[in-house]
Amino acid sequence: MALAAAPRASGKKLVVVNLTREFTLKRERITALDGISLEVREGEFVTILGPSGCGKSTLLRIIAGLAEASSGQVYKDGRLIQGPGPDRGMVFQSYTLFPWLTVRKNIEFGLTLKGMDAAQRRQIVDHYLDIIGLAAFADAFPKNLSGGMKQRVAIARALANDPDILLMDEPFGALDAQTRLVMQELLLKVWEETRKTILFVTHDVEEAVFLGDTVYVMTARPGRLKARIPVPLARPRSFEVKNSRPFLELKSRILEQIREESLKAAAMMPAGGG
Amino acid sequence: MGKYFKLNTPIPGKLYFSLSVAAFVLLLLAWQLGVTVGHLPPTHLPPPGAVARAAVELAGNGLINDIGISFFRVTTGFLLAAAIGVPLGILMGSLKVAEAFFEPLLAFFRYMPASAFIPLTIIWLSIFETQKIGVVFIGIFFQLVLMVMDVTHNVPQDLIDTAYTLGARPLEVFRRVILPAALPGIMDTLRVALGWAWTYVIVAELVAASSGLGFLIMNAGRQLSTPDMFVGILTIGVLGIICDMSFKLLYRWLFPWTEREV
Repeated sequence: MALAAAPRASGKKLVVVNLTREFTLKRERITALDGISLEVREGEFVTILGPSGCGKSTLLRIIAGLAEASSGQVYKDGRLIQGPGPDRGMVFQSYTLFPWLTVRKNIEFGLTLKGMDAAQRRQIVDHYLDIIGLAAFADAFPKNLSGGMKQRVAIARALANDPDILLMDEPFGALDAQTRLVMQELLLKVWEETRKTILFVTHDVEEAVFLGDTVYVMTARPGRLKARIPVPLARPRSFEVKNSRPFLELKSRILEQIREESLKAAAMMPAGGG
Repeated sequence: MGKYFKLNTPIPGKLYFSLSVAAFVLLLLAWQLGVTVGHLPPTHLPPPGAVARAAVELAGNGLINDIGISFFRVTTGFLLAAAIGVPLGILMGSLKVAEAFFEPLLAFFRYMPASAFIPLTIIWLSIFETQKIGVVFIGIFFQLVLMVMDVTHNVPQDLIDTAYTLGARPLEVFRRVILPAALPGIMDTLRVALGWAWTYVIVAELVAASSGLGFLIMNAGRQLSTPDMFVGILTIGVLGIICDMSFKLLYRWLFPWTEREV
């Protein structure tokens, strides 16, 4: 296994090697992911940008161990990933707080599973409640939270578990534009503090550039990596950077690439669908 | 006035309550009118007063007993069906092999009406309590299992996946996510099943019993004592409402976290 040895030597946090995912839909063979290879450094904030249906969520689910690849491998710290685990935390687009648990119990869910004692759990949960600014809501049930608050708790829950990698599947996709901005800044702040390795999937170009150290642009059907674009903007970033010249240039460059892909994707849809 | 006639729009609580009460009052009024103005024969429709008098008389003469015995049969059959049906339904809803094995079999039984089993239950279980309980059990068990299975199926996959990414193992996912997520729906299913249980106990008592509300109705019918029949039927309605409301209260108390207001 020459391929298996290579990533171990590279010392990267996450290495995806030639990942392919196919499935059959109505007797038709569909390639959702085609030969995806990428590498993520320790502490790197990587965003994956692509049109809906390009398989970017599937890629994330395979890395999380929730879905299986048809071929190819994923290595974390040189070890082959073979299923889900607490070392790869995930935040979903849909609201996934456990509705029967309070905010505090939600955040400490993973810690309870680890068998951590109550005092230590309390300390960690308090820390993250503070970071997300929801200390006053510790004992509230999710039904009493707004969408943005729910996603903040979901992020805190994933981070409290202290994963090696945080996987985020369009976590702000269901939020309104204003809340999105606030959440992006909050996420950057959290990332500055924790320096977690983050893989963030989105279809929003601005979001991808604003957050990421590196933007991967994906194509649709079959899902391939079309470009790897480093984002040379200084850190820490605040929302003002979105109006800066380098940001806008980068954004329009990526938009152009995305546009080609979107047009291709639209052309493939049945009549009336696009 | 127009604001109370908007589609799917809430109305003040007081108005809601008044309307509910008004429906009952109107029914009573229509009933009385049917007797006094419509001249319906009392053997068909006794006046409300006569039914009330019959109720008082029966209350002092075995009605409580009949309620008790019917209640016992319903509760026993219901608890038995729930004790087996709920765990089985949860298992089928979360394990495909269990579903594949049990689902077609139970779906097959579900379409056989419990009342068709009554003669058979008499042969199997004679006409003792077990037979009545057996009819209640057959009446609700199969539906209950399949409904609990559906509820368990419907636990959002994202919640399950989240638990996995937080380090939960399959048994922990089952205990900490699937079970608590399915419980409110299961509770709803039980509430519906209890309503059916009342139907089946009466069916069983109409056919082969010497006590219980169904027997009371059957017996009153034989003696053409229509007010007594009314008392029996109305009692079942009242008991049904009490059961339903208790379940709703229990639901609110057990699951304060659900989005739905009941």
